[in-house]
Amino acid sequence: MSESPTRMTYREACRQAIRDALQADPRCFVMGEDVGLYGGCYAVTKGLIDEFGSERIRDTPLAESAFVGAGIGAAMAGMRPIVEIMTCNFSLLALDQIMNNAATIPHMSGGQFAVPLVIRMATGAGRQLAAQHSHSLEGWYAHIPGIKVLAPGTIEDARFMLKTALADPNPVLIFEHIVLYNAEGDLDPGVSEVDIARAKIRRPGRDVSLITYGNSLPKALDAAAELAGHGIEAEVVDLRVLRPLDDATIFESVKRTRRCIIIDEGWRSGSISAEIAARLADTLFFELDAPVRRICSREVPVPYAAHLEEASLPRMADIVDEAKALVRPQ
Amino acid sequence: MSDFTMPSLGADMESGTVVEWLVKPGSQVHKGDVIAVVETHKGAIEVEIFDEGVIEELLVEEGQEVPVGAVLARLTKAGEKREADTPEAPAVEEAGREPEAEREPEPEPERKPEPLPEPLRPALAARSNVSPAARRRAAERGIDPDRLHGTGIDGSVTLADVEAASPAATREEPRPAPAKVRRGFDPVQMRKGIASAMSRSKREIPHYYLTTTIDMSAAQAWLRDYNAARDPDERLLPAILTLRAAALALKEVPQLNGFWQDDAFAPSEAIHVGWAISLRGGGLIAPAIRDVDKLSIADLMRALKDVVARARSGGLRSSEMTDATFTITSLGERSAESVGGIIYPPQVAILGLGSIVERPWVIDGAVVPRPLATASLAADHRASDGHVGGQFLSTFARLMQEPPKP
Repeated sequence: MSESPTRMTYREACRQAIRDALQADPRCFVMGEDVGLYGGCYAVTKGLIDEFGSERIRDTPLAESAFVGAGIGAAMAGMRPIVEIMTCNFSLLALDQIMNNAATIPHMSGGQFAVPLVIRMATGAGRQLAAQHSHSLEGWYAHIPGIKVLAPGTIEDARFMLKTALADPNPVLIFEHIVLYNAEGDLDPGVSEVDIARAKIRRPGRDVSLITYGNSLPKALDAAAELAGHGIEAEVVDLRVLRPLDDATIFESVKRTRRCIIIDEGWRSGSISAEIAARLADTLFFELDAPVRRICSREVPVPYAAHLEEASLPRMADIVDEAKALVRPQ
Repeated sequence: MSDFTMPSLGADMESGTVVEWLVKPGSQVHKGDVIAVVETHKGAIEVEIFDEGVIEELLVEEGQEVPVGAVLARLTKAGEKREADTPEAPAVEEAGREPEAEREPEPEPERKPEPLPEPLRPALAARSNVSPAARRRAAERGIDPDRLHGTGIDGSVTLADVEAASPAATREEPRPAPAKVRRGFDPVQMRKGIASAMSRSKREIPHYYLTTTIDMSAAQAWLRDYNAARDPDERLLPAILTLRAAALALKEVPQLNGFWQDDAFAPSEAIHVGWAISLRGGGLIAPAIRDVDKLSIADLMRALKDVVARARSGGLRSSEMTDATFTITSLGERSAESVGGIIYPPQVAILGLGSIVERPWVIDGAVVPRPLATASLAADHRASDGHVGGQFLSTFARLMQEPPKP
């Protein structure tokens, strides 16, 4: 390829993905709180209203249940809506629509209605937005049959997951981590689409599998780099898709390393990390050479104070310590 | 207060090493509880207590060797009043030396031959932390992982620990000229290995047994003729006929040749027969003679001689230790008349041959003296049923009476 890699932020990648979709398909439109004139609470849709007009970049009232419901109806009627919910914390107001309508209508109609809806929402903590704007609820959504749950952790996934999600006849939820929006990275010019089915090994290693997603991915990669200095080769598995989980890739990795740490910014109890740990215990029990460990957020509403917030989230040092304890106990 | 002493675990035991305490001061103990693991020259033994009460103090540290009769622990028997908390026992170090003289070693009968402590208490208490992968690997290698030193998290035994502990001689591939004097198998390790494999066999494999009596006169006559014309180093042992007949019978009844794996019988294409060889100084090993069904009589003899010699001098290869798909144990001359074999897991059958004895035998209505041998089959009932075993045994008996064409 003669093209050189394009450098962009995760936010820009999300925006480009939306532009692509709007250009490619006239049925596609964006709807959400402050997505138009204000350019989106996290500035993802900034400028799009000038390019595409207010018909296709639609500001909505502060009524999540209403505009998610409208999105579901539009999708059923043949449109390809991209609904933005400002943060997943507010998505609970639309949970009834997401779970009782979006996830169930294709099933209850015996397949007569598809709901090709994409809902984007911001997730996660790390920017001192306090408890009502900082939680990670993607693990909850991964509990619901009938929807797909994506967690792009790289620029590439932010750039290309949306296209694949829109092509899927099922409702797809995309959780964009608020800390990642400013992350910068190079896009491989050879890549123009990604799947929304498989987890990916972002760094190979043989001693321990670090299974993670979203903003815990860069932490795990940093931890793996530091562990390499201690002679420990950690393998980093980026889940990418929280529902359905890609068991094959997870099992293949842990079968090789025989040790596993799951890093999940959600709360530990009843989390996606708990689900993965249970599957490992079910399926790979006899392959394990150490207990499966989890690093999750403290079970408190995420604090506002910076040092407390930082302490409540999974930290790189925690991953390093846990990996050392598993692989090289003192 | 009463004393718990190092028991005599056999007439020839003089001392033992406490390798692990399974109780601590304050532990409630019941009759039949395993409270310590003691290493003797026969391997590690789980030591039970025959009193009921509370452990007050442990007088011997893990790793310490003490003579039979030495006090290992003190306990308050049920019904007795517990003494006020005693200060830290300082006696630990001397405990190993003195006690024999000072305390009267409890006479042997103290260990009343209790009927087996009721329902066998789950041996869980004696388990150390062994990772699932390590435990499975240990089972494959016939190693007891609970006895290994763990280097994993919380002192757990890991896969690497099991790999490192693999028994001598199962690792090295053909080594260069035997410059170094190579010792035979360590009898202690050997015993442990046998104990582990046989216990597993009896624990896991539902054996069924069949026997039949074989008239050996045709085989003996054939062997006599064959050997008469040959130099001593070319002569055959009767074992060759046994091996040959068994291998050919396995071809006809393949349901006994292979392994029990993952809850199913996995038949083996190849017929590698493990030949049980008893070692001087005790112990037993059953290295595989490969492709027995494909070897000529002369080659089979060479293979047998080779493997026996190397088994005795300790030069077997790892593959020979693991490849056998079936085992034969032949008691040889002047031994017992029959044997009820124990299957070597994960194999599914073992053929036993007793000594050849002259006995009355009825042929055509007349009682005549004949050399008879009892062939016995022990087979895994999970993998086959008695009908199959019977087919094999009768095929084997027929083939034994039809010696090879010269």
